[in-house]
Amino acid sequence: MTVVFQRTKGLTDKQFHYCPGCTHGVIHRLVGEVLEELNIVGKSIGVAPVGCSVLAYDYFNCDMHEAAHGRAPAVATGIKRTRPDNVVFTYQGDGDLASIGTAEIVHAAHRSEKFTTIFVNNAIYGMTGGQMAPTTLIGQKSTTSPEGRDLITTGMPLRVAEMMATIEGAVFVERVSVHNVPHIRKAKKAIKKAFEVQLAGIGFGIVEILSTCPTNWGMTPVDSLKWLEQNMIPYYPLGNFRTPEEVR
Amino acid sequence: MVKILMKGNEAIGAAAIKAGCKFFFGYPITPQNELPEFMSRELPKINGVFVQAESEISAINMVYGAAGAGFRVMTSSSSPGLALKQEGISYIAGAELPCVIVNISRGGPGLGGIQPSQADYYMCTRGGGNGDYRHIVYAPATLQEAVDLTIEAFDVADYYRNPVMILGDGMIGQMMEPVEFREPKKRELPLKCWATDGTEGKRNPNIISSLFLDPAELEKHNFKLDKKYKDMEENEVRYEMYMVEDAEIVIIAYGTTSRITRNVVDALRNENIKVGLIRPITIWPFPNKAFKEISSSTKAILTVEMSMGQMIDDVKIANEGRLPVHFYGRAGGMIPTPDAIIGKVREIMGGDK
Repeated sequence: MTVVFQRTKGLTDKQFHYCPGCTHGVIHRLVGEVLEELNIVGKSIGVAPVGCSVLAYDYFNCDMHEAAHGRAPAVATGIKRTRPDNVVFTYQGDGDLASIGTAEIVHAAHRSEKFTTIFVNNAIYGMTGGQMAPTTLIGQKSTTSPEGRDLITTGMPLRVAEMMATIEGAVFVERVSVHNVPHIRKAKKAIKKAFEVQLAGIGFGIVEILSTCPTNWGMTPVDSLKWLEQNMIPYYPLGNFRTPEEVR
Repeated sequence: MVKILMKGNEAIGAAAIKAGCKFFFGYPITPQNELPEFMSRELPKINGVFVQAESEISAINMVYGAAGAGFRVMTSSSSPGLALKQEGISYIAGAELPCVIVNISRGGPGLGGIQPSQADYYMCTRGGGNGDYRHIVYAPATLQEAVDLTIEAFDVADYYRNPVMILGDGMIGQMMEPVEFREPKKRELPLKCWATDGTEGKRNPNIISSLFLDPAELEKHNFKLDKKYKDMEENEVRYEMYMVEDAEIVIIAYGTTSRITRNVVDALRNENIKVGLIRPITIWPFPNKAFKEISSSTKAILTVEMSMGQMIDDVKIANEGRLPVHFYGRAGGMIPTPDAIIGKVREIMGGDK
């Protein structure tokens, strides 16, 4: 029998703990495939965040380092500066990266640290039970915005990719989504490009990936994908914000 | 060996490099700035790396990453900055990684001041971060001792896979003394086979983490850490006894304060007043056993600190209620004068009669 599809060598055999319909599994798989295809599993060191993907260190088949909430870019800086020949990436959610860890991600980008950040934006704090994130949409209900997020008291949702694109050191910035197969393919291309930027030693790269949270959004997995497409993409437009000449 | 006149902060930096530290992550704060400045000059010369982080929080997390990657790494700060580092220190202790942290302390609370103080005693010896953890805290009294202890601290950190702290104050950081860089006593150190250096497909992934979601597993981890801390208490306690044998009053003081107090002991001895000094070199683990060596001639204990009284708790525990414990302290960056301490000793002696 011919094997036409199998688990990527970039991931371990461990079963994911993610909720049904959550797209963390898809994104993990994409990162794993990219590590395998670029033949860098053995030289990669990943930094896991705090949040739903806190156990990412169990899933990626490379050396992994857990970080405190928001601090992954600082930990990754410590690793990459001491081991410039290794491939280093952080995997962070929006509570982690866009709230408590804004200083760390902004300054890692500002210094153009030569690692790659996978930023999963599902517009809510998932692990702690569905609280409002900086990325929660106006009107979106969460456990700490029970009447829906309002602009006057909480401000507008933070657009991370656009913010990063204003930083010179962020040499690769792209926002993608994983709500359907064509976009999953595009997401993989962006992730691959971001790692290639690191391999070329150019500077900091970040891929923002729009993701779902059926459990805390209170929707079925299918409705979640539709909600992402209809509500998140209009506010968080997809596309490449910056790519260095060398890897175009 | 040649002695070099150096400023405390720079001497500590040079000692770290001597110990094989090639990586330094820091953030400016007075009165420790000469240390990161020194590292920014010297580390590139030996293919090392200096990074000025955007905050103390970031700096300690860079240390966390570099330590996990298997390298000797150091950071330094001063009191309010060290408070910010406590989160990271807890993670580093939890993940069992070695590193050296220098605190050149100043007065507080809050922004406080920039003059020498010993008011970080609780924060440094109790573990200002969350959870059950400990780390050795060396409190050098001279720059030579700061150099020797810094060099050794890297070995001790690697040996136990635990952060080690050098606690100086603004006086230690800012003053100049001649120092020499001696070869330290070497320990047999375990290989860093746990480091995140890339599997190269030859082994299972290494995972550095302090997360244990199963409470039974976390308790097991806490028991394991506690065993390590007990080993430190057993084997790493250091202190100096000065004229304690026949002393009627034994003074307890560490770091800068102990230097002043040593002069007090000499001055009073010239008057045939029998005073001695116990100088903790490790303030954690605290030298409880030194108090067992206090003779029956001792009538009282006097704790002298540049704080409102923090070490006094440990002194009382070590004393086990045997002798009255008196306290003299200055705060806010004020330094005790020998005359003031002598006055306090005379007051205690008068009270005893």
